[in-house]
Amino acid sequence: MAGHKKIDEVTGVETTGHVWDGDLCELNKPLPKWWLYVFYACCVWAFGYWMVYPAWPTLTGYTQGYFGYSQRAAVTAEINAAKAAQDTYRQAIANTPITEVKGKEDLLQFALAGGAAAFGDNCSGCHGRGAQGAVGYPNLNDDDWIWGGTLEQIEGTIAHGIRNGADEARNSAMPRFGLDGVLEPAAISDVANYVRSISGAEQVDTVAAERGKATYAEQCAACHGEDAKGNLEMGAPNLSDAIWLYGNSQEAVTQSIVTGRGGAMPAWAPRLDPVTVKMLAVYVHSLGGGK
Amino acid sequence: MTTMDKPGQFKPEDFLVEAAPGVARHDVEAVRQPKAKKAATSHDDATKGSWAAQQKIYSKLAKGNFRNAKWIVMLVSLGIYYLLPWLRFDRGEGLPNQLFLIDFANQRLLFGPIEIWAQEFYYVTGLLIISALALFLVTSIAGRVWCGYACPQTVWTDLMIAVERFWQGDRNAHMRLDQQPWNFEKIWKKTATHISWLLIGLFTGGALVFYFRDAPTLAMELLTGEASTVAYAFLAIFTFTTYLLGGIAREQVCIYMCPWPRIQGAMLDHDSLWIAYRDVRGEPRAPHKKGDSWDGRGDCIDCKACVAVCPMGIDIRNGAQLECIQCALCIDACNDIMDKVGRPRGLIAYTTERNVENRTAGPRDGLRMIRPRTVLYSVIIAITAGLMAWAMLSRSDLDVSVLPDRNPLFVKLSDGGIRNGYTVKIVNKNQTPRRFKVELTGIDGLKTTIVGHDDASAPIDVAPSNLKALKIFAALPRDKAKALPSESTPLNITVTEVDGAVSATRDTSFRSPGP
Repeated sequence: MAGHKKIDEVTGVETTGHVWDGDLCELNKPLPKWWLYVFYACCVWAFGYWMVYPAWPTLTGYTQGYFGYSQRAAVTAEINAAKAAQDTYRQAIANTPITEVKGKEDLLQFALAGGAAAFGDNCSGCHGRGAQGAVGYPNLNDDDWIWGGTLEQIEGTIAHGIRNGADEARNSAMPRFGLDGVLEPAAISDVANYVRSISGAEQVDTVAAERGKATYAEQCAACHGEDAKGNLEMGAPNLSDAIWLYGNSQEAVTQSIVTGRGGAMPAWAPRLDPVTVKMLAVYVHSLGGGK
Repeated sequence: MTTMDKPGQFKPEDFLVEAAPGVARHDVEAVRQPKAKKAATSHDDATKGSWAAQQKIYSKLAKGNFRNAKWIVMLVSLGIYYLLPWLRFDRGEGLPNQLFLIDFANQRLLFGPIEIWAQEFYYVTGLLIISALALFLVTSIAGRVWCGYACPQTVWTDLMIAVERFWQGDRNAHMRLDQQPWNFEKIWKKTATHISWLLIGLFTGGALVFYFRDAPTLAMELLTGEASTVAYAFLAIFTFTTYLLGGIAREQVCIYMCPWPRIQGAMLDHDSLWIAYRDVRGEPRAPHKKGDSWDGRGDCIDCKACVAVCPMGIDIRNGAQLECIQCALCIDACNDIMDKVGRPRGLIAYTTERNVENRTAGPRDGLRMIRPRTVLYSVIIAITAGLMAWAMLSRSDLDVSVLPDRNPLFVKLSDGGIRNGYTVKIVNKNQTPRRFKVELTGIDGLKTTIVGHDDASAPIDVAPSNLKALKIFAALPRDKAKALPSESTPLNITVTEVDGAVSATRDTSFRSPGP
């Protein structure tokens, strides 16, 4: 090739030697030197990469690379390292009675952070991101607790759940006064009016409420109490306060009496480790309503 | 192609040519010529393709005031750069004792007693703005002094060239060495040069990483192989770039990579100082023979000393050029020659474009420093510096932020009362532990509790140079909550230092269902 160098007469530049239509030539304008060097460097780099990292598919798998690197293994290692780093705290929390976690600043901060994370992953689906609850799902920020608001009680509720069929779960069932025909619709309406009058709800039919008082004493007081303050042992809600799980409109209270409600909560002890359950209890307790 | 038109070709007989008695004429052509002249002398431009190989510049060591000034600037700036991370400052127990530390892990910038937190980085931004404006001002007054003296590229290139001269000799010896066949002398001199450059690069990269972690600790870690990959990576990157940009690329960086030469065109005008060859005095140039009269001819004896010392490879006598970084080494070289031939100094000198024009017409040189442009830059600098100083002086060593709970906005309690939650963050920017009291004011009858604290009125301890986040609940009984005029009632949270005068109040609001 070197012997057949052709020079374009007009520009004085060497041509590539290709000719079209008898006289049309192409000037030889080589790639910039720096570009070529970068290109060669990339080629060398690529070969190195193939050796060191997983690169090529084979019939049965892929080339493993000199280091045997895999992103899954790297993530697993990172997760294990993070767990190992948390181990001292988790161990300390496991060995500390739940009521004493609050007194140790570093354990408290760790439990609150871990509890908040676990809450977001496991609890917020029903109770809401801010633990604000919804109709039928208790608000965990307030000071009204159906099954008790001490640290131990909260931990027990989280661990075993409510009405989920397990023996350890918190179990109780309000009768279905309407569906099972225990009370006539008129009597249910009267009791509903009475119950609403206790907590100072607005727009109460006082005459109906007066009629319902006797029915309450007969049918409801056994669990909810004479004074309607509820019973933690039986998970019977306090009917005299301002907080209503299903709302305090006449329709909502009537429906509660007719159907007996009976919401359920899964047990978390089988799914989460004891330390996480403990941290969740500390977190929920810290939301403002803990006893 | 003959060897004659190869630039940098050394022929011993050239040094016998005299520009004036006792003054040798340098066999040197400026690597960079104005376009027209270049096209006429070089026929092979078109065949080179799309790139031009770097032509090596053998700059001769200049001696004089400006060279000395450059040595001093190099000594001071490199001294600060290499030594600053090693200076200590006692901040007390548990805090870093490095005078200047960019602490990424804790998001602080520490300089002596000053502590800049990440959210206060605007102080650094302000400093950078002032620096940029100062650069504008200096450029409009004195041209490219930044490029010529203080730019890191210039300083490190200067250092690399000095090292190169140490091993391979000054211009002539260096050229002779380059033309020698590869023998033992050439190999060891070249190797020594490159090893020295790499060592300089290594120390440059090393000094850089020391700004980000405790220098003595990191130095030990680097030596024992225990430092982080990031530290080694940056060490390697800066070693390599210092070697490449300062040792190899040199003037190419200024000419092809740096945007500043283009930008500064906007700051320069007819009255900016500029290094110029006074062609009125110098032309017509010609070698001067002993006994010849100086009448009817210029002072320039065409010895090309100015070209020989130029690190950028230009001929200053071709006028103002983009490549000229105004390092003033040609002034030193020319003054030296003028002394030897007995003519007044200043054939090449700092002057202005207006003065060069005026000289043609006759009037004396003058300097107009106060111009609308310089006044404008000065005023903007003064305003910016004033604002930054005011911000710095009125800066509190206590920072409080209040974040009201948004989900839920408020919580209804069993007694019908309303409770709001707030996250209060107390930042102690002092290097001593402090105690604070938190008070909520603006609404009567609020019951305050702090999570993790049994008594909400007890003092809160905040560690030195640290942040403490508190979860605060404020509850209002039913009747009081009912009496609130609207869904959002103003509330003040005040954090006061116990045994101290410092206090900060933040406005927030108490949310309720409304009347």
